[in-house]
Amino acid sequence: MAMLHIVNKSVFERGTLDSCLKTSLSGSSILFIEDAVVSAVNNTSVSDKIKSELSSKNFYVLTPDLNARGFTDADLIEGIKGVDYDGFVDLVTDNSNVQSWL
Amino acid sequence: MKFTILINEGPYQHQASDSAYQFAKAAIAKGHEIFRVFFYNDAVNNATRLAIPPQDDRNITVQWAELAEQNKIDMVVCIAAAQRRGMLDDDEKDRQGKDASNIHPAFRISGLGQLVEGGIQSDRLITFGD
Amino acid sequence: MDGEGQTKKFMFVNRKVPYGTVYALESLEVVLISAAFDQDVSLAFVDDGVYQLKDGQSTDGIGMKNFSPTYKALGDYDINKLYVEKESLEERGLSVDDLMELTYEDEDDDWAEKSSIILVSRDELAEVMDQQDVVISS
Repeated sequence: MAMLHIVNKSVFERGTLDSCLKTSLSGSSILFIEDAVVSAVNNTSVSDKIKSELSSKNFYVLTPDLNARGFTDADLIEGIKGVDYDGFVDLVTDNSNVQSWL
Repeated sequence: MKFTILINEGPYQHQASDSAYQFAKAAIAKGHEIFRVFFYNDAVNNATRLAIPPQDDRNITVQWAELAEQNKIDMVVCIAAAQRRGMLDDDEKDRQGKDASNIHPAFRISGLGQLVEGGIQSDRLITFGD
Repeated sequence: MDGEGQTKKFMFVNRKVPYGTVYALESLEVVLISAAFDQDVSLAFVDDGVYQLKDGQSTDGIGMKNFSPTYKALGDYDINKLYVEKESLEERGLSVDDLMELTYEDEDDDWAEKSSIILVSRDELAEVMDQQDVVISS
Protein backbone atom coordinates (compact mmCIF):
# COMPACT_ATOMS: atom_id res chain seq x y z
CA MET A 1 0.00 0.00 0.00
CA ALA A 2 1.24 3.53 -0.70
CA MET A 3 -0.05 6.35 1.41
CA LEU A 4 -0.57 9.95 0.40
CA HIS A 5 0.51 12.26 3.22
CA ILE A 6 -0.85 15.80 3.20
CA VAL A 7 0.96 18.56 5.10
CA ASN A 8 -0.64 22.00 5.35
CA LYS A 9 1.57 24.09 7.64
CA SER A 10 4.88 25.78 7.05
CA VAL A 11 7.86 23.76 8.30
CA PHE A 12 9.08 26.95 9.98
CA GLU A 13 5.93 27.19 12.09
CA ARG A 14 4.91 23.62 12.89
CA GLY A 15 6.56 20.24 13.37
CA THR A 16 4.08 18.36 11.17
CA LEU A 17 6.42 18.07 8.17
CA ASP A 18 9.16 16.64 10.38
CA SER A 19 6.79 14.11 11.89
CA CYS A 20 5.47 13.23 8.46
CA LEU A 21 8.95 12.72 7.02
CA LYS A 22 9.95 10.52 9.95
CA THR A 23 6.80 8.40 9.80
CA SER A 24 6.23 8.04 6.06
CA LEU A 25 7.46 4.90 4.36
CA SER A 26 9.60 4.70 1.26
CA GLY A 27 7.45 4.90 -1.83
CA SER A 28 4.85 7.13 -0.21
CA SER A 29 3.78 10.48 -1.62
CA ILE A 30 3.83 13.78 0.24
CA LEU A 31 1.70 16.71 -0.88
CA PHE A 32 2.20 20.25 0.43
CA ILE A 33 -0.95 22.36 0.48
CA GLU A 34 -1.92 25.72 2.00
CA ASP A 35 0.93 27.27 4.04
CA ALA A 36 3.10 24.16 3.73
CA VAL A 37 3.98 25.11 0.15
CA VAL A 38 6.66 27.53 1.39
CA SER A 39 8.52 24.53 2.80
CA ALA A 40 9.07 23.27 -0.75
CA VAL A 41 10.68 26.42 -2.13
CA ASN A 42 14.36 26.11 -2.93
CA ASN A 43 17.22 27.62 -0.90
CA THR A 44 15.69 27.58 2.55
CA SER A 45 17.27 26.17 5.70
CA VAL A 46 15.24 22.97 5.22
CA SER A 47 15.86 22.40 1.52
CA ASP A 48 18.69 19.93 2.11
CA LYS A 49 16.59 17.86 4.48
CA ILE A 50 13.81 17.60 1.91
CA LYS A 51 16.24 16.89 -0.93
CA SER A 52 17.64 13.95 1.02
CA GLU A 53 14.19 12.32 0.93
CA LEU A 54 13.57 12.79 -2.78
CA SER A 55 15.10 9.48 -3.78
CA SER A 56 12.70 7.44 -1.64
CA LYS A 57 9.46 9.45 -1.67
CA ASN A 58 7.41 11.45 -4.16
CA PHE A 59 6.92 15.13 -3.34
CA TYR A 60 4.21 17.39 -4.72
CA VAL A 61 3.06 20.94 -4.16
CA LEU A 62 -0.38 22.39 -4.82
CA THR A 63 0.55 25.05 -7.37
CA PRO A 64 -2.47 27.33 -6.77
CA ASP A 65 -1.38 27.61 -3.11
CA LEU A 66 2.19 28.33 -4.24
CA ASN A 67 1.04 31.08 -6.64
CA ALA A 68 -1.14 32.60 -3.92
CA ARG A 69 1.97 33.06 -1.81
CA GLY A 70 3.97 34.69 -4.58
CA PHE A 71 5.90 31.69 -5.90
CA THR A 72 5.76 29.58 -9.05
CA ASP A 73 6.75 26.00 -9.80
CA ALA A 74 10.12 27.38 -11.00
CA ASP A 75 10.91 28.30 -7.38
CA LEU A 76 10.51 24.74 -6.11
CA ILE A 77 13.27 22.41 -4.97
CA GLU A 78 14.20 20.44 -8.05
CA GLY A 79 12.37 17.14 -8.07
CA ILE A 80 9.22 18.46 -6.41
CA LYS A 81 6.27 18.56 -8.82
CA GLY A 82 3.54 21.17 -8.89
CA VAL A 83 -0.03 19.91 -9.27
CA ASP A 84 -3.37 21.68 -9.52
CA TYR A 85 -6.55 20.58 -7.73
CA ASP A 86 -7.18 17.99 -10.46
CA GLY A 87 -3.76 16.54 -9.71
CA PHE A 88 -4.59 16.62 -5.99
CA VAL A 89 -7.66 14.49 -6.68
CA ASP A 90 -5.55 12.07 -8.75
CA LEU A 91 -3.03 11.74 -5.94
CA VAL A 92 -5.82 10.75 -3.59
CA THR A 93 -7.21 8.15 -5.97
CA ASP A 94 -3.82 6.81 -7.08
CA ASN A 95 -2.60 6.13 -3.54
CA SER A 96 -4.16 3.44 -1.35
CA ASN A 97 -4.96 5.68 1.56
CA VAL A 98 -4.52 9.27 2.69
CA GLN A 99 -3.46 10.94 5.94
CA SER A 100 -3.53 14.64 6.75
CA TRP A 101 -0.89 15.76 9.24
CA LEU A 102 -2.61 18.32 11.47
CA MET B 1 -14.50 6.96 -6.61
CA LYS B 2 -16.63 8.02 -3.66
CA PHE B 3 -15.15 10.59 -1.27
CA THR B 4 -16.06 11.67 2.21
CA ILE B 5 -14.56 15.01 3.17
CA LEU B 6 -14.05 15.93 6.82
CA ILE B 7 -13.52 19.60 7.69
CA ASN B 8 -12.32 20.57 11.15
CA GLU B 9 -12.00 24.34 10.97
CA GLY B 10 -14.27 27.35 10.68
CA PRO B 11 -14.64 29.47 7.55
CA TYR B 12 -12.17 32.32 6.92
CA GLN B 13 -10.11 31.60 10.04
CA HIS B 14 -8.36 28.70 8.33
CA GLN B 15 -8.02 27.75 4.68
CA ALA B 16 -9.38 24.28 5.43
CA SER B 17 -12.88 24.98 4.20
CA ASP B 18 -11.62 26.64 1.02
CA SER B 19 -9.22 23.78 0.26
CA ALA B 20 -11.98 21.26 0.86
CA TYR B 21 -14.32 23.16 -1.45
CA GLN B 22 -11.77 23.40 -4.28
CA PHE B 23 -10.96 19.72 -3.86
CA ALA B 24 -14.65 18.79 -3.96
CA LYS B 25 -15.21 20.88 -7.11
CA ALA B 26 -12.24 19.25 -8.86
CA ALA B 27 -13.32 15.77 -7.83
CA ILE B 28 -16.81 16.33 -9.20
CA ALA B 29 -15.42 17.74 -12.44
CA LYS B 30 -13.39 14.55 -12.84
CA GLY B 31 -16.53 12.45 -12.48
CA HIS B 32 -16.07 11.36 -8.86
CA GLU B 33 -18.82 11.38 -6.26
CA ILE B 34 -18.76 13.31 -3.01
CA PHE B 35 -20.62 10.94 -0.67
CA ARG B 36 -20.66 13.37 2.24
CA VAL B 37 -19.03 16.52 3.57
CA PHE B 38 -18.87 16.35 7.34
CA PHE B 39 -18.36 19.55 9.33
CA TYR B 40 -16.76 18.95 12.75
CA ASN B 41 -15.10 21.09 15.44
CA ASP B 42 -15.31 24.76 14.43
CA ALA B 43 -16.23 23.77 10.88
CA VAL B 44 -19.88 23.74 12.01
CA ASN B 45 -19.65 27.51 11.59
CA ASN B 46 -19.50 27.00 7.82
CA ALA B 47 -23.23 26.31 8.05
CA THR B 48 -24.37 29.68 9.33
CA ARG B 49 -27.14 31.37 7.39
CA LEU B 50 -26.16 34.73 8.80
CA ALA B 51 -22.64 35.45 7.56
CA ILE B 52 -22.07 38.72 5.70
CA PRO B 53 -18.60 38.51 4.20
CA PRO B 54 -17.32 41.45 2.13
CA GLN B 55 -18.96 41.70 -1.30
CA ASP B 56 -15.68 41.34 -3.18
CA ASP B 57 -14.74 38.08 -1.48
CA ARG B 58 -16.16 34.58 -1.56
CA ASN B 59 -19.17 33.62 0.52
CA ILE B 60 -18.10 30.24 1.84
CA THR B 61 -21.55 29.14 3.07
CA VAL B 62 -23.22 30.02 -0.21
CA GLN B 63 -20.46 28.29 -2.20
CA TRP B 64 -21.07 25.08 -0.30
CA ALA B 65 -24.84 25.45 -0.62
CA GLU B 66 -24.65 25.90 -4.39
CA LEU B 67 -22.21 23.03 -4.88
CA ALA B 68 -24.40 20.80 -2.73
CA GLU B 69 -27.55 21.71 -4.60
CA GLN B 70 -26.04 21.24 -8.06
CA ASN B 71 -24.49 17.90 -7.17
CA LYS B 72 -26.82 16.51 -4.49
CA ILE B 73 -24.09 16.45 -1.86
CA ASP B 74 -24.99 15.45 1.70
CA MET B 75 -23.63 18.20 3.95
CA VAL B 76 -23.69 17.16 7.59
CA VAL B 77 -22.99 19.30 10.63
CA CYS B 78 -22.11 17.36 13.76
CA ILE B 79 -24.77 17.85 16.41
CA ALA B 80 -22.42 17.70 19.41
CA ALA B 81 -20.01 20.25 17.92
CA ALA B 82 -22.94 22.39 16.76
CA GLN B 83 -24.54 22.46 20.19
CA ARG B 84 -21.26 23.52 21.79
CA ARG B 85 -20.90 26.37 19.34
CA GLY B 86 -24.52 27.49 19.10
CA MET B 87 -25.36 26.32 15.59
CA LEU B 88 -29.00 25.32 15.58
CA ASP B 89 -31.64 24.30 13.08
CA ASP B 90 -35.35 24.86 13.84
CA ASP B 91 -35.75 21.43 15.46
CA GLU B 92 -32.85 22.02 17.77
CA LYS B 93 -34.07 25.54 18.55
CA ASP B 94 -37.45 24.15 19.62
CA ARG B 95 -36.00 21.16 21.44
CA GLN B 96 -33.52 23.25 23.40
CA GLY B 97 -35.87 26.21 24.01
CA LYS B 98 -33.72 28.76 22.21
CA ASP B 99 -35.07 31.90 20.57
CA ALA B 100 -33.43 31.51 17.17
CA SER B 101 -31.97 29.08 14.68
CA ASN B 102 -29.11 29.91 12.34
CA ILE B 103 -28.33 26.99 10.06
CA HIS B 104 -28.50 27.36 6.29
CA PRO B 105 -31.00 24.86 4.83
CA ALA B 106 -28.35 23.24 2.62
CA PHE B 107 -26.84 21.66 5.74
CA ARG B 108 -28.39 19.08 8.04
CA ILE B 109 -27.49 18.39 11.65
CA SER B 110 -26.71 14.82 12.55
CA GLY B 111 -24.53 12.62 14.71
CA LEU B 112 -20.90 11.57 14.52
CA GLY B 113 -22.06 8.21 13.21
CA GLN B 114 -22.48 9.94 9.84
CA LEU B 115 -18.73 10.56 9.75
CA VAL B 116 -17.91 6.95 10.58
CA GLU B 117 -20.46 5.76 8.03
CA GLY B 118 -18.84 8.06 5.48
CA GLY B 119 -15.52 6.39 6.13
CA ILE B 120 -17.08 2.96 5.67
CA GLN B 121 -19.08 3.74 2.54
CA SER B 122 -16.49 5.87 0.72
CA ASP B 123 -13.33 4.85 -1.09
CA ARG B 124 -11.37 7.70 0.49
CA LEU B 125 -11.85 9.99 3.49
CA ILE B 126 -9.83 13.22 3.40
CA THR B 127 -9.43 15.59 6.34
CA PHE B 128 -8.95 19.33 6.01
CA GLY B 129 -7.99 20.98 9.27
CA ASP B 130 -5.44 22.98 11.15
CA MET C 1 -26.71 -0.61 1.41
CA ASP C 2 -23.30 -0.58 -0.28
CA GLY C 3 -20.54 -1.63 2.05
CA GLU C 4 -22.89 -3.18 4.57
CA GLY C 5 -21.03 -5.68 6.72
CA GLN C 6 -17.71 -4.30 5.56
CA THR C 7 -14.97 -3.96 8.18
CA LYS C 8 -12.36 -1.29 7.62
CA LYS C 9 -9.28 -0.35 9.59
CA PHE C 10 -9.90 3.08 11.14
CA MET C 11 -7.05 4.92 12.85
CA PHE C 12 -7.55 8.09 14.87
CA VAL C 13 -4.29 10.06 15.02
CA ASN C 14 -3.72 12.37 17.99
CA ARG C 15 -0.80 14.80 17.90
CA LYS C 16 -1.76 17.63 20.24
CA VAL C 17 -1.54 18.45 23.93
CA PRO C 18 -5.00 18.34 25.54
CA TYR C 19 -6.96 21.39 26.78
CA GLY C 20 -5.13 24.05 24.74
CA THR C 21 -7.37 23.09 21.86
CA VAL C 22 -10.54 21.00 21.63
CA TYR C 23 -9.16 18.37 19.26
CA ALA C 24 -8.31 15.70 21.85
CA LEU C 25 -11.79 15.81 23.36
CA GLU C 26 -13.72 15.94 20.10
CA SER C 27 -11.57 13.20 18.56
CA LEU C 28 -12.36 10.98 21.54
CA GLU C 29 -16.07 11.60 20.94
CA VAL C 30 -15.74 10.24 17.39
CA VAL C 31 -13.84 7.23 18.70
CA LEU C 32 -16.63 6.39 21.14
CA ILE C 33 -19.25 6.60 18.39
CA SER C 34 -17.13 4.44 16.11
CA ALA C 35 -17.45 1.61 18.63
CA ALA C 36 -21.04 1.10 17.47
CA PHE C 37 -19.97 0.34 13.90
CA ASP C 38 -18.00 -2.88 14.44
CA GLN C 39 -14.91 -1.62 12.64
CA ASP C 40 -11.25 -2.33 13.36
CA VAL C 41 -10.52 0.81 15.36
CA SER C 42 -7.17 1.93 16.72
CA LEU C 43 -5.77 5.17 18.06
CA ALA C 44 -2.28 6.60 17.61
CA PHE C 45 -0.69 9.01 20.05
CA VAL C 46 2.25 10.73 18.41
CA ASP C 47 4.31 13.84 19.19
CA ASP C 48 2.39 15.95 21.71
CA GLY C 49 -0.54 13.53 21.49
CA VAL C 50 1.14 11.37 24.14
CA TYR C 51 0.23 14.04 26.69
CA GLN C 52 -3.45 13.15 26.21
CA LEU C 53 -2.77 9.92 28.11
CA LYS C 54 -0.72 11.50 30.88
CA ASP C 55 -1.70 10.35 34.34
CA GLY C 56 -2.75 12.80 37.03
CA GLN C 57 -4.63 15.40 34.95
CA SER C 58 -6.35 17.88 37.24
CA THR C 59 -8.31 20.67 35.61
CA ASP C 60 -10.08 22.41 38.50
CA GLY C 61 -7.73 25.36 38.29
CA ILE C 62 -8.50 26.09 34.64
CA GLY C 63 -12.25 25.59 34.89
CA MET C 64 -12.42 22.98 32.15
CA LYS C 65 -13.84 19.47 32.29
CA ASN C 66 -11.27 16.76 32.90
CA PHE C 67 -12.13 14.26 30.17
CA SER C 68 -9.13 11.96 30.71
CA PRO C 69 -11.24 9.35 32.57
CA THR C 70 -13.02 8.74 29.26
CA TYR C 71 -9.92 7.02 27.88
CA LYS C 72 -10.36 4.40 30.62
CA ALA C 73 -13.80 3.52 29.25
CA LEU C 74 -12.48 2.65 25.80
CA GLY C 75 -11.67 -0.92 26.83
CA ASP C 76 -15.34 -1.52 27.67
CA TYR C 77 -16.22 -0.54 24.10
CA ASP C 78 -13.77 -3.03 22.56
CA ILE C 79 -11.39 -0.23 21.62
CA ASN C 80 -8.16 -1.64 22.90
CA LYS C 81 -5.43 -0.71 20.44
CA LEU C 82 -3.89 2.54 21.60
CA TYR C 83 -0.54 2.91 19.83
CA VAL C 84 1.84 5.19 21.71
CA GLU C 85 5.00 6.22 19.92
CA LYS C 86 8.14 5.53 21.94
CA GLU C 87 10.23 8.35 20.47
CA SER C 88 7.48 10.87 21.23
CA LEU C 89 7.53 9.82 24.89
CA GLU C 90 11.32 9.92 25.11
CA GLU C 91 11.59 13.35 23.48
CA ARG C 92 9.28 14.60 26.21
CA GLY C 93 11.08 12.91 29.09
CA LEU C 94 8.18 10.51 29.60
CA SER C 95 7.79 6.78 29.86
CA VAL C 96 4.79 4.47 29.77
CA ASP C 97 4.74 4.66 33.60
CA ASP C 98 3.71 8.31 33.33
CA LEU C 99 0.58 7.40 31.41
CA MET C 100 -2.83 6.35 32.71
CA GLU C 101 -3.38 2.65 33.15
CA LEU C 102 -5.70 1.73 30.28
CA THR C 103 -6.90 -1.86 30.14
CA TYR C 104 -9.45 -4.14 28.56
CA GLU C 105 -10.69 -7.64 29.29
CA ASP C 106 -9.63 -10.13 26.64
CA GLU C 107 -12.62 -12.38 25.97
CA ASP C 108 -10.37 -14.78 24.05
CA ASP C 109 -8.16 -15.24 27.08
CA ASP C 110 -10.61 -15.94 29.88
CA TRP C 111 -11.33 -12.22 30.31
CA ALA C 112 -7.76 -11.57 31.46
CA GLU C 113 -7.11 -7.88 32.01
CA LYS C 114 -4.55 -6.55 29.55
CA SER C 115 -3.07 -3.20 28.70
CA SER C 116 -4.63 -1.35 25.78
CA ILE C 117 -1.47 0.67 25.32
CA ILE C 118 0.79 -0.67 22.60
CA LEU C 119 4.20 0.95 22.75
CA VAL C 120 5.68 1.19 19.25
CA SER C 121 8.71 2.73 17.64
CA ARG C 122 8.25 5.38 14.98
CA ASP C 123 9.11 2.83 12.29
CA GLU C 124 6.61 0.31 13.64
CA LEU C 125 3.92 2.97 13.77
CA ALA C 126 4.66 3.93 10.18
CA GLU C 127 3.96 0.36 9.12
CA VAL C 128 0.70 0.22 11.07
CA MET C 129 -0.44 3.57 9.63
CA ASP C 130 0.29 2.40 6.13
CA GLN C 131 -2.15 -0.49 6.62
CA GLN C 132 -5.11 1.68 7.57
CA ASP C 133 -8.12 2.18 5.30
CA VAL C 134 -9.28 5.38 6.98
CA VAL C 135 -7.07 7.78 8.90
CA ILE C 136 -8.91 10.49 10.78
CA SER C 137 -6.64 13.30 11.93
CA SER C 138 -7.58 15.98 14.38
